[in-house]
Amino acid sequence: MALKIVVLAKQVPDTRNVGKDAMTAEGTVNRAALPAIFNPEDLNALEQALRLKEQHPGSTVGVLTMGPPRAGEIIRQGLYRGADTGWLLTDRLFAGADTLATSYALATAIRKIGGVDIVIGGRQAIDGDTAQVGPQVAQKLGLNQVTYAEEIVSVKDGRALIRRVIDGGVETVEAPLPVVVTVNGSAAPCRPRNARLTMAHKWDHCPLEAESFVAPSGAERGALLNQWSVADVDGDPAQCGLSGSPTKVKAVKNIVFQAKESKTLTGADADINALVQELLNEKIIG
Amino acid sequence: MHNVFVYIEVEGTQVAEVSQELLTKGRKLANQLGVELHAVVAGTGIRGQVEQQILPYGVDKLFVFDAEGLFPYTSAPHTDILVSLFREEQPQICLMGATVIGRDLGPRVSSSLTSGLTADCTELEIGPYEDKKAGKVYDQLLYQIRPAFGGNIVATIVNPDHRPQMATVRSGVMQKALYDGACRKEVVYPEVSKYVSPEAFVVRVLTHEVQAARHNLKGAPIVVAGGYGVGSKEGFEQLFQLARVLHGEVGGSRAAVDAGWIDHDRQIGQTGVTVHPKVYIACGISGQIQHIAGMQDSGIIISINSDPDAPINRIADYVINGTVEDVVPKLIKYYRQNSK
Ligand SMILES: Cc1cc2nc3c(=O)[nH]c(=O)nc-3n(C[C@H](O)[C@H](O)[C@H](O)COP(=O)(O)OP(=O)(O)OC[C@H]3O[C@@H](n4cnc5c(N)ncnc54)[C@H](O)[C@@H]3O)c2cc1C
Ligand SMILES: Nc1ncnc2c1ncn2[C@@H]1O[C@H](COP(=O)(O)O)[C@@H](O)[C@H]1O
Repeated sequence: MALKIVVLAKQVPDTRNVGKDAMTAEGTVNRAALPAIFNPEDLNALEQALRLKEQHPGSTVGVLTMGPPRAGEIIRQGLYRGADTGWLLTDRLFAGADTLATSYALATAIRKIGGVDIVIGGRQAIDGDTAQVGPQVAQKLGLNQVTYAEEIVSVKDGRALIRRVIDGGVETVEAPLPVVVTVNGSAAPCRPRNARLTMAHKWDHCPLEAESFVAPSGAERGALLNQWSVADVDGDPAQCGLSGSPTKVKAVKNIVFQAKESKTLTGADADINALVQELLNEKIIG
Repeated sequence: MHNVFVYIEVEGTQVAEVSQELLTKGRKLANQLGVELHAVVAGTGIRGQVEQQILPYGVDKLFVFDAEGLFPYTSAPHTDILVSLFREEQPQICLMGATVIGRDLGPRVSSSLTSGLTADCTELEIGPYEDKKAGKVYDQLLYQIRPAFGGNIVATIVNPDHRPQMATVRSGVMQKALYDGACRKEVVYPEVSKYVSPEAFVVRVLTHEVQAARHNLKGAPIVVAGGYGVGSKEGFEQLFQLARVLHGEVGGSRAAVDAGWIDHDRQIGQTGVTVHPKVYIACGISGQIQHIAGMQDSGIIISINSDPDAPINRIADYVINGTVEDVVPKLIKYYRQNSK
């Protein structure tokens, strides 16, 4: 059975190197100040999708991403690894979305794509670590969900067999299609970029990227990628972006740890012996 | 109406510790707000088995949903229960564990009710909020405080207009305590079929294997934690030995876990467990913000580090400038000598 698979992938700031200018005064993220990467667990999700495509001839894999125009890069990264197509959801009205408004937008786009059998996302995005978008997309579409998946073992007779991790153990579950699956970082890593595909799609771009994305003279201009606004997916602006977000950021502060008054010792025998005696005498250890 | 709810997680008939921790927190919030603390639990064969693991933490009313198919957990039936129950009960706050179950269920419920949800809170408080743009003032909102951006900042999130205000909290972040104040301890057993449609049971769990925790890191009074400075798996053997003589447990930093020197389930920090031991001995740990987030509330902190300027030394009570290989055997030796 040929499957229509949509992978949810987010471009995230690399939170491993965060500087002071990373947050705006309103408490939202200043994405421009950080290097942008493919969310790591979304790569695990993409790999599961590509494996299903291989097992089920005629299947298609599309990468759906919501973000600023430069997130078109996520679609290209997907194409380099074997995805067939992609959609960039971009619109000022989507800006400032919390997880609920994000999942509303993604669900609306998935409805527009239509006929999707499996939606595969990452377990969580490293900028928020919330793990909420997958289940919320499932709820908005009225679909079943399986989170923390480690492997989509098989899809047969309209049912997916999935192995997932749970607290302190593992489970195998069987879920009827269509289904939303979120994939854990412990799943198989994503295959590397394919050189031939990278050459073929290097200059593919979304309309809004066009200005900053000019192929060198002589190079092929590249294909135009799908780019959708709120209106294109028949979205309700009130449920998108900041206005569709029930959660508000009240305050943000940098962490400062209060320095303690400490005793400093050396590793010499006398010092360690004295420390142990002090701890024993004060019944701190015993 | 407008009470504080805690979703109780079970493995078979065993109530999860994180749920009890949240009951203790929920009780405090309910007292501050002048409302009741309610709990909801769903499982199979739990009637008569779970009540005494829940009520002593200060519960006014407990809803027990007991039916075939509610254990092992699957998303849809548990979502149906919470969504219908919350439509009836209109809670103002709902807390759940930031566990695999809580992080599967919370977003599904919040999306159904169009309420906000904040994941992995490290503190919960009640306080006022002014929405300057809308010109509105709220006096008692739940402050959902959590690290963001890889732990580099702490954000306070509020949900001004949507109820319930939902939050998940990781295991070990709050501390459980039996409640000695007055509470009603009412228990009800609603009919499950009124809340869950038969179609909700379509995802089938074919196998479910859970191993009992192999250690008690969370509850240990003494934690010996090792970092990248321990240098090797053999180096960790020394730490296990020290932990044995002190009757403590061994934990590690993410760098040590990533190096394969210690199991992942022993990682301490923002993305591992949170510990509050009486004594925390940090061996070769630099003290990055994400590690400190999981141990800063320890009683006495002892740091063994060859670098006198390691950040962890700033929050330590005792700083030993030395190497792990040298100091740890001496600690063992002098403990043995002096404790006799
Ligand atoms: C989103 C995110 C989440 C994270 N979550 C966690 C988490 O939950 N827990 C966690 O721990 N980290 C976490 N980290 C990683 C964290 O930022 C640090 O990288 C990690 O804590 C560093 O571990 P370390 O202190 O062992 O290693 P290092 O930073 O490499 O420090 C090693 C220390 O050992 C000392 N040393 C070296 N040799 C010796 C010796 N022979 N004797 C004594 N001392 C010696 C050095 O002076 C140094 O201070 C997270 C990071 C991110 C981005
Ligand atoms: N803006 C987005 N565009 C596409 N997918 C997203 C977006 N935000 C979240 N997701 C998906 O939802 C998962 C969980 O995200 P989060 O709830 O933010 O931790 C991610 O791993 C992605 O698969």
